[in-house]
Amino acid sequence: MIPTLNGRIQTRIFLLLFIGIPWTLIVTPFLPNQRDLTGGGLLDTYKTTFSVLGIVLVLAVFGWELLYHFAQQFRWEKDWPVMFTFFLVIPEAIVAKIVFNALDIGIKFNATATNATFWWHIVTTWMVMWLFVLGPIKVLFIRWRFNGGRIFF
Amino acid sequence: MSNDMISTPASVLGEAMEAAPAAPTPGDLNDELIRTDVWTDEMLVRAGIPIVDVAFVSCGGGMGSFVLSDYLRIAGVDTSQIRILSNLDHPWQTYEYLTKVSQIPRTERLRSDSQGMPDCLWGFPSYALREARKEKKLFPIWNVLTEPILADYWTPRAGTVFAGLEKEVARTRYNEMLVMGQVRMVRRRNGGGYFTILTPPPGSTPTRRIAYRSQYVHLAIGYPGLKFLPDLQEYRTKYNDLAHTVNAYEPHEHIYEGLLNKPGTVLVRGGGIVASRVLQRLMDDRERKGAQTQILHLFRTYYSGRHNKWGFAKRRGAYGFAFQGFNAPKSAWGGQHIQQMLKLEGKARKDLYDLTGGAHTPYRKYWLDQMKRGRDQGWYHTYQGEVVDVKPSANGDGVVTTIRQNNGSTATLEANIILDCTGLEADIREHRIYADLLDHSGAGRNPLGRLDVDPSFEARGTRSGNGRLYASGSATYGGYFAGVDTFLGLQLSAQRITDDLAAQGFGTRIGVGRSVSNWWKWMRHKQI
Repeated sequence: MIPTLNGRIQTRIFLLLFIGIPWTLIVTPFLPNQRDLTGGGLLDTYKTTFSVLGIVLVLAVFGWELLYHFAQQFRWEKDWPVMFTFFLVIPEAIVAKIVFNALDIGIKFNATATNATFWWHIVTTWMVMWLFVLGPIKVLFIRWRFNGGRIFF
Repeated sequence: MSNDMISTPASVLGEAMEAAPAAPTPGDLNDELIRTDVWTDEMLVRAGIPIVDVAFVSCGGGMGSFVLSDYLRIAGVDTSQIRILSNLDHPWQTYEYLTKVSQIPRTERLRSDSQGMPDCLWGFPSYALREARKEKKLFPIWNVLTEPILADYWTPRAGTVFAGLEKEVARTRYNEMLVMGQVRMVRRRNGGGYFTILTPPPGSTPTRRIAYRSQYVHLAIGYPGLKFLPDLQEYRTKYNDLAHTVNAYEPHEHIYEGLLNKPGTVLVRGGGIVASRVLQRLMDDRERKGAQTQILHLFRTYYSGRHNKWGFAKRRGAYGFAFQGFNAPKSAWGGQHIQQMLKLEGKARKDLYDLTGGAHTPYRKYWLDQMKRGRDQGWYHTYQGEVVDVKPSANGDGVVTTIRQNNGSTATLEANIILDCTGLEADIREHRIYADLLDHSGAGRNPLGRLDVDPSFEARGTRSGNGRLYASGSATYGGYFAGVDTFLGLQLSAQRITDDLAAQGFGTRIGVGRSVSNWWKWMRHKQI
């Protein structure tokens, strides 16, 4: 990938809204949980997983993507190898977990989510988004690859 | 064509078609037409040149014309609205010729990104995925996912590209749009649009010329020409010696065969991809077939380490070579490089070209290992210097090159053969279509001296009423986009041109729906 800063942010927002949300809708019922123990419902788990998406989005748009763009300036080609994106789930998920804990989101919604809920959700969502960027996005938006990742404007 | 140029199939055919006829033939250009910048319909009638109406004409018929026609067909333009004027039977003819002589036969790999697919507008599934599926191997996928960090860039085999093109030619009914002949010139038309003068193959039509009257014209006529290095051309002319100096873009298989039979010394000149290819051939012959070739390698600019700072990064270099994955930094194909370029004019743009261009080659472990063995075993030597003089050797069996090195000292290099791998491109004026465009149609030059185009690849200054004239490919190098002379670059140019045409009502803008439905047709090889 050869993103510009603007393109990075647009791609990230698109992915979280149009891939992250549908995927979360699909996968949440199947994630490990402790609804039996706490008596909370599936809706509580949905509230939890959607909060995680929100945290990832805010951290990415106001933090990570700026940092990546800065790091990209140290690359001669000003490109962003797809392997980087694959592994960047590690720091992003850790920071998101810290924020998740700090905001007490796990507890807020009847504590139906466990640590496993969080990790399975974030890692699978990341992989689906990553696979989408490798190919299908170019079929939807033919200008995406020639516009540094810009989609909307 | 001047005599310091290298012939390609297109230029040879073109010269033959353009040769003056034995007897005056009807329907030829007359003085009035040649002199007048903007033509009226009556002028052509007076000259007896028949007029053919079509909305869109693409001149060239090589990779550039093909990629744009592919885009236009997918944008819903019917074959009847497009004519491709060409002296090539199929779009990859010149390309295959150049890759073959420069040591990339169909089985070898190009220097092209896995997603730079002239036969697939979407670049997905990429060549790597296709190869993985066809050959039931996971390696290509692993490679593209880990490049350039854990692996060198994966690149497709030339044969894979040609086979894909053949299919897409049939799918888009390319041949229905193809008209054989040699384009002589494009002139603006009084009242809007353009006339493109075509010289059909001798004897195929009653008149010597045919005029295509169109609202839009696209020029994709490839290299204005490839030139010999001036000092080698001077040597060839002065000593009438063609046997000891060869350009890598000329057929030169006999050189390699000769070296297998009789050991010799070769001087390779240039530090780009062609030099790398030629070195590999010489070294493979040495290591696998027992040749005893001594290889001298002359760089004009010798890079021993990182150089040329852009952003916070410097380009890698070693043992003379500068390393860069593709023709330009990857971000030229849509990322930061082109974004930066779009803000630069004149000298500022040239400066960025100087910084990120020049001769360079991809970093490939195979090549570096091979060169290291050559240095260790004493059969590969590199030099830096400017050539001062080229003379025949005393025994008549070679050439002596005198160079001036950066430290001021001079040295002489004696070799049996000089192989020029510099790939020097001629001025655009060497091509008669560009020369005519500069002289009569208001076209200008960009900061590198080639054809000036705007971000939509419209040739600046050539607008004619509601007509537009576009250009893509190597002639537009020096514009905002540095990757013009590549598969992916032709696609980027074609996309910008197609969008610009759609904005004027020619073809439909390819949105999500059209893109997805056409991709699905492409996947099923469904003819459009």
